[in-house]
Amino acid sequence: MATGIKDKVAIVGMGCSKFGERWDSGPEELMVEAYLEAMQDAGIEPTQIDAAWFSTHIDDIGTGKGGTPLSLALRLPNIAVTRVENFCASGSEALRGAVYAVASGACDIALAVGVEKLKDTGYGGLPVGNMGTLNPQWSPSGSAPGNFAQLASAYRAKHGVAKEDLKRAIAHVSVKSHANGAKNPKAHLRNEVSEEQVMNAPMIAEPLGLFDCCGVSDGAAAAIVTTPEIAKAMGKKDVVTVKAMQLSVSNGLESQHNSWDGSYFHTARIAAKKAYKEGGIDNPREQVSMMEVHDCFSITELVTMEDLFISPEGGAVKDVMDGFYDSDGKVPCQIDGGLKCFGHPIGASGLRMAYEMYLQLQGRAGERQLPNPKIGLTHNLGGAPSQNVCSVTIIGAEGA
Amino acid sequence: MAEQTVGLTGFGGYIPRLRLQRKAIAQANAWVAPNFMGKAKGERSMANWDEDSVTMAVEAARDLLGPDDDRSHVDAVYFGSTTMPFADRLNSGIISAALTLEDRVRAIDVSSTQRAGTSALMQALAAAKSGETKNGLVLASDHRKTKAVTAQELDFGDGAAALSVGTDNVIAKYLGGASLTVDFVDHFRGDTEEFDYNWEERWIRDEGFSKIVPRAVKSALDDAGLKGEDIAHFIIPSTFGMKFITGLAKKCGLNPEIARDTLAANCGETGTAHALVMLINTLQTEAKPGDKVLVAQFGGGCDALIFEVTDKLSTMSGKRGIAGSLAERVEETNYMKFLTFNGLVEWERGMRAEQDKKTALTTLYRNEDMIMGLVGGRCTETGVIQFPRSRISVNPNKHTVDTQEPYKFAEKKAKILSWSADYLSFSMNPPNHYGMVVFDEGGRIMMDFTDVEVGNVESGMEVRLVFRVKEVDEKRGFKRYFWKAVPMPASVAGAQAAE
Repeated sequence: MATGIKDKVAIVGMGCSKFGERWDSGPEELMVEAYLEAMQDAGIEPTQIDAAWFSTHIDDIGTGKGGTPLSLALRLPNIAVTRVENFCASGSEALRGAVYAVASGACDIALAVGVEKLKDTGYGGLPVGNMGTLNPQWSPSGSAPGNFAQLASAYRAKHGVAKEDLKRAIAHVSVKSHANGAKNPKAHLRNEVSEEQVMNAPMIAEPLGLFDCCGVSDGAAAAIVTTPEIAKAMGKKDVVTVKAMQLSVSNGLESQHNSWDGSYFHTARIAAKKAYKEGGIDNPREQVSMMEVHDCFSITELVTMEDLFISPEGGAVKDVMDGFYDSDGKVPCQIDGGLKCFGHPIGASGLRMAYEMYLQLQGRAGERQLPNPKIGLTHNLGGAPSQNVCSVTIIGAEGA
Repeated sequence: MAEQTVGLTGFGGYIPRLRLQRKAIAQANAWVAPNFMGKAKGERSMANWDEDSVTMAVEAARDLLGPDDDRSHVDAVYFGSTTMPFADRLNSGIISAALTLEDRVRAIDVSSTQRAGTSALMQALAAAKSGETKNGLVLASDHRKTKAVTAQELDFGDGAAALSVGTDNVIAKYLGGASLTVDFVDHFRGDTEEFDYNWEERWIRDEGFSKIVPRAVKSALDDAGLKGEDIAHFIIPSTFGMKFITGLAKKCGLNPEIARDTLAANCGETGTAHALVMLINTLQTEAKPGDKVLVAQFGGGCDALIFEVTDKLSTMSGKRGIAGSLAERVEETNYMKFLTFNGLVEWERGMRAEQDKKTALTTLYRNEDMIMGLVGGRCTETGVIQFPRSRISVNPNKHTVDTQEPYKFAEKKAKILSWSADYLSFSMNPPNHYGMVVFDEGGRIMMDFTDVEVGNVESGMEVRLVFRVKEVDEKRGFKRYFWKAVPMPASVAGAQAAE
C-alpha cells in the first residue's frame, strides 16, 4: 500500500537564474547559473549527485532531445540524466523525478534542473509548436492566450459574471503580481501597474489584454534533494520537506465529453484533492500559508483559486477583489511575481515556484518575506484548459 | 413503353455572404482607371479567404441534400468549374468525401470552359436517361480570380449551384438540348497562368454571343420539338447587360421580355456556376408549373438546355437556394481585404505564419471520414457520442472498447461553450476566432470559427458547420480542408425574444 511522499524527501539546495530577456546568455549559461547557486546552497560536490532530471520543453538545446545538454553544460560526473517534458509543467516533472528517485532509495542525492531559452526563437509569446500529423489537420491553429481566454467566456456564462466585473478581477490578479514582482531582483518584469493600465492594454485574445499574459522569459532553476536524514547529517537546519506531489493528466474528457463546462480545470481539482490527502491538509483555505500557481494568464489564476479549493466555487472574483491573495492577504499568491512577472521559461517554471516556497519557508525571501509560513503550494499547469497536465506540489517545514 | 421522365429533382445554392461594394473597388482604383467609375453600382459576392470552388460546391450540395445522414442514393457527382483547387486530385472526390457520399459514387470533374456547369448537367441528364445513374448530383462552382483594376473584378462574383438529376419527383423535366463547339477564344488561361487574358469585348459580343448563341438555341428548340414562343424563361449569363440580352433573346426567336436577371446587381457572374445559379434563382422566383425554361451558356461554343417546370417545384420551397443565399448578405467595403483574400497583395503575415503546413497524406487518408466528413463515433453500448472516434470510449462512466460506430456531426445542432478572439495567432482574417462547440445530441469539438464579426460571439450562441479551407501549404500547393463553426447571432437574439 502506497504511503505517499510526505516527509520522505528534503530539499537541501535550490538555485534560480535571473529570469528575463537574457540576450547575454544561452541555455547552458542559464543552467550553470541556477546549478551553481543550488550547489553552493546545498554545500555538496558534484560527485555526490547520484542522478539528474532535466526539463526543457520548447526548443532542443545543444545536442537535442536527451540528457546530454545538461551533463555537458554542468560537466556532471557521467551520472544518469533523464530529460523530461510535460508542457509547461516540465519543471515540476523534473523535480518529481528527482524526489521519487530519492524516496525509492535508489539515490541519496538527486538533482533537478529546468531551463528554457525562449528569446532565441524570434517570437513574442510562445513559438508555434509542432503537434504531430493529425492534430494540425483539425484543431484550431490558435495560441496559448486564445485557449486560456476561453475560460473567461465559460466562467462568465456559468456564474453569471458581467464581462466588466471579470475583466476587473483578472486585472487585479495582474496588479497584485506586478506589485510582488517589483520586489524581486530576479524577476523579469519589475514594474508596478494599475488596474486601469491592465484593463486598457492592447487586446491579445479576448478578454485577455497584454497585462493579462505572463512574461515570455529565459531562465533556469535547480533543486537538490535528498532524504531528511542525510539533510540533517549534512548539518541542515530548518529542513524543508516535500509533503505532496501529484500530477493529473487529461484523458480527453474535457475536450470530448459534454460533462465539462469549460470554466475550470478538471485535472487541477483531481491533483489538488490528491495532494491535500497526501500532505494531510484538511482545510486548504486555512492551512496553506502561500502559493505559487500557474498564472500563465490572469484568468487561469482566478479559476485556479477555486480548483485548489481555496476560494469557494464561483467565489474567486470576490476573494481576488478582497485582496485575499495579495501579499498581505490570507493566502498570498505569486509572492515572487509569478509567471506573470518573474517570468515563464517553460522548462524552469515548476522549479522556480518551488524555489520561492523554499526561500520563504527558510525565511530567506528578503523584502518579500512573509511572516512565518509553514506550508507552501505550487501549482504547475501545462497544455490548455481543455487538455492539460496539472501538477500540485506541497512543501513545508519538516513536521508541519 | 411510356417515355421516361428525366430531369431536375432538386436544387441547392450557395453565394458567399460577403458582398463587396463595387463603389469601394472603383473608388480605390479611380486614380488609375477612372473609366470604371461608371460600374460603381451594386455589389459582387466575395468568397471568404477560406472558401474556394470546392467548399462552395459542398455548401450548395448540402443545401440540396438536406440534413439527412443517409446520402446513399447519390450515385454520381459531376463537378463543373474552371477554378478547381487541384489540377490533379479529383476535386469531386474531395466534395464526395466532405458530403460523406459512398465510395461507389461516380465522381467526375468537368472543366476548361465556362460551359463546364451546363456540360456537367448534360452528362448527368444523359446518364440518367440511359439508366446508368439514378441520382446524379451536378455541382458548378467558381472562385473567380482576376487581376486588380480589371472590368472582370467588378463584373465577376463567387458562388455555387447544385442540381440533382434523376427520374423520380422531377421538378423540371428535361425536354431537350444541344451543344455547339466552336473554338472562339474570347478569353483564355494558359496552363501555367493565374489570370485570364481577354480579347476585345465588342468582338466577343458581336461575333461571339450574337452569332453562336442563336445557333445553339435553335438546335435545342429543334431537339425538344419546340418553338421560340413556347419558352417562358431565357437564362444566359453575360456581362454585356440586360439590354444586350433582351436583344439576344430576340435574335434567338424568343420573347425579349423572358430574358432573366443575370444577378449583376447583387451577385456578379459566378463563372461556370452562373447559368445554373440563374436557373435556380428563376425556379425560386418566377417559374411556375408548366413553364418552359431555356438555359444557355456561352464558352467555346454554347450549351442550351430546355426544361419544363412541374408541379413538384413547390416541394423545394424550403431550400435556401440562390434566392435565399442572396438574402443572406453582409456588406463589405474593404477592397484591400478582397485583394488580400485573393492573394493579390504580398503582406507581412508575421513569424507565426511561417510554420510548415505540410500535410501527412497517410494521416489524412487514415482519418478521412473524420477530417473530410466530420464523422466521429457513437458508442453502441452507452450511446455516448464523441469526436474523434477512438477504440476506447471517452465516456467517464464506462470506457467501453471497440463499441463505436461512425457518427456524422456536420448537420447536427450545436452551440458555443467557450470561445476567444485571438489577435496573437496567425489568421488570414484576424482576430482568429475559435472555441469549444458542443452538440445538442452529444459530443464536442474545439474548432475554428469563420464568417464571424468581432463582438458578435457569445457562449450559448448556436452555430452551423461549414466545410472550409483549413490551411494552405504554399510551399507544395496543397490545401487542407476541415469543418468550421459559423456563429449565428440571431439564435441568441431569437432566444432572448422568446423569453
